[in-house]
Amino acid sequence: MSQQSVLYDTLGPKGRRNVRIGTALGLVVVAAIVAWVLWQLEASDQLEAERWGILFDTESGVPQSLGRALLNTLRAAAIGMLFSMILGAFLAAGRLSDHAWVRRPVDVVVQFFRGIPLLLLIFFVFLGLPQLGVNLDLFWSLVAGLTLYNMAVLAEIFRAGILSIDRGQSEAGYALGLLKTQVMALILVPQAVRRMLPAIVSQLVTLLKDTSLGFVIGYFELLRQGRSIVEFLGPRYGLQIYVGVAAMYIAVNLSLSLLARYLDKRTSRNPKIVFDPKAEEVEPVVPLGRE
Amino acid sequence: MTAIVENLDLYWSGFLTTLSLSLLAGLLAFALGTLLAAFRVSPFPPLQALGTFYVETFRNTPLTVVWFFAVFALPLIDVTLPSFFVAGVVALGLYTAAFVCEAVRSGINSVAAGQAEAARAIGLTFTQTLRLVVLPQAFRTVVPPLGNVWIAMVKNSSIGAAFAVTELTAVATRLVNTYPADVIAIFAGSATGYLIITIPSGLMLGVVERKVVVLR
Repeated sequence: MSQQSVLYDTLGPKGRRNVRIGTALGLVVVAAIVAWVLWQLEASDQLEAERWGILFDTESGVPQSLGRALLNTLRAAAIGMLFSMILGAFLAAGRLSDHAWVRRPVDVVVQFFRGIPLLLLIFFVFLGLPQLGVNLDLFWSLVAGLTLYNMAVLAEIFRAGILSIDRGQSEAGYALGLLKTQVMALILVPQAVRRMLPAIVSQLVTLLKDTSLGFVIGYFELLRQGRSIVEFLGPRYGLQIYVGVAAMYIAVNLSLSLLARYLDKRTSRNPKIVFDPKAEEVEPVVPLGRE
Repeated sequence: MTAIVENLDLYWSGFLTTLSLSLLAGLLAFALGTLLAAFRVSPFPPLQALGTFYVETFRNTPLTVVWFFAVFALPLIDVTLPSFFVAGVVALGLYTAAFVCEAVRSGINSVAAGQAEAARAIGLTFTQTLRLVVLPQAFRTVVPPLGNVWIAMVKNSSIGAAFAVTELTAVATRLVNTYPADVIAIFAGSATGYLIITIPSGLMLGVVERKVVVLR
C-alpha cells in the first residue's frame, strides 16, 4: 500500500505506539463482528457440518444442478456480451459519424437505453412485447434486455476510448491521405482498444452480475436454481444453498475483476500507450518494432 | 394513454417509493461507504482488511443476490427486518456503500503526494494536513463519481419490483396485464419517473462539478 504515503509521514515512536493501539482496537472490532455472526449462526443451528455438506454431496444432486445453473448464467452472459459488443461498436461508430442525420438518432437511442433501469427493459421485453405480438422465450428475453442496455453503455465506452486518442494521431493519418474509415480502422481503433480494455472488462463483469435479473422473470440461472432447490429440500438447507450461490457469483466475478486489474496494469505499463514519467526513467528509449 | 391517466395515483405512489427508497439507501450508503473508505486508508491493518473484504464481497455479488439475502436468508438466522421496504433500503444501501467507498478512496488517493509533503514541510500536524489540504481536494474529485453512483443506484432500486416493493417498475408490471393495449405507454410512464429523478440529478451534478472543480 505505497499510495498511503500521501497521508502519512514515516512515523515516530509516538505515532508507532498510536498505530499499535489502533491496530489492537481494530482487531477487537473485527473479532466482535466475526463473533456476533458466528453466535447468530450458532443460535439458529446453521453451523452443523451436515447442513453445509449438502453443497458438496453429489448424491443429493445439489452440486450438479448448481453447476448446470452456472452454465445457464454464463451462457446468457456470453451471448449478451457478444451482441452488446457488436451493437455497441455500431452505435459508437454512429455517434462518431460526421453526418448529423446519423449521429442525432443514434445519440437518442444511446441516451435512452442508458437512462432507464435494466430491469424495466427486461420486463418490457418479457411482459410488454408479447402484447405487441413478439414472443421471446425466457432466455432470449433476458439476453435482449441485457443487450439493449449494455450496447448503449459499451457504445459510450467505445466512443470515449476513440476520443481519448491524441488528435495528432488522426491528423497525421489524414495528412497521409487516408480515408476516415482507414484512419479509424488502422490508427484509432487499435490504440483505443488497448486503452479501453479495463473499462470494457469491468462492464462485462456488470453484465455478468446482471444476468441474476433472470431470477425475476423465472429464467433458471444460479439464483433461481438456488431458490428452487431450497423450495424442494425445505428451509433446512436454505442459508447453505444461498451462501453457495453467492460464493459462485463472487468467484466468477472476482476472477474477471482480477483480469481487468491485470490488463489495467499491463496497459499503463506500456510506455507506447500512456506517457508515464516513471516508465520513461526506467526505459528511456522505446525500441522500434517492439511487440 | 388511459392506463396512465386512470392510474396516476398509482404512478405517483410508485414514484414516491422509488424516491424515498433511493434517498434512504443513499444516506446509508454514503455514511457506511465513507466509514469504509476511512478504514481502507487508515494505518491499521485489521481495519484495512475489513474494508477490503467488504468492498470485494459486495462489488462482486449481484444486487439481486444481496436483496435476496436481505429478504430470504436473514430470517433463517433469526434476523427479521420490519418490512420489505426496510429490507430494500438495507440491501441497496449495503450494496452501494462498496461503490461509495471506492469513489471516496480513489478521491483521496488522487491527491498528489506533493500536497501532503508540502503540508508536512510547513509543519502542519496530521489532522491539519488532512482537514486543510488533503480532504478539501479529495472532496472535489469525488463529486462526479459519487453522482454517478447515485444515478446508478436510483436505477438499481428497480430491483425492488422483484422483492415486493411497489415502486415504479412494479407499477408497470402490475398495469400491463390490465391494459394490454397500452403496453408502450405504461412502460414509458415508469421510465419517465426514473428520468425525472436522474436527469435533474445529472444537471445538478454538472453545476456542482463546475463550481468545485480545481485545475491541477
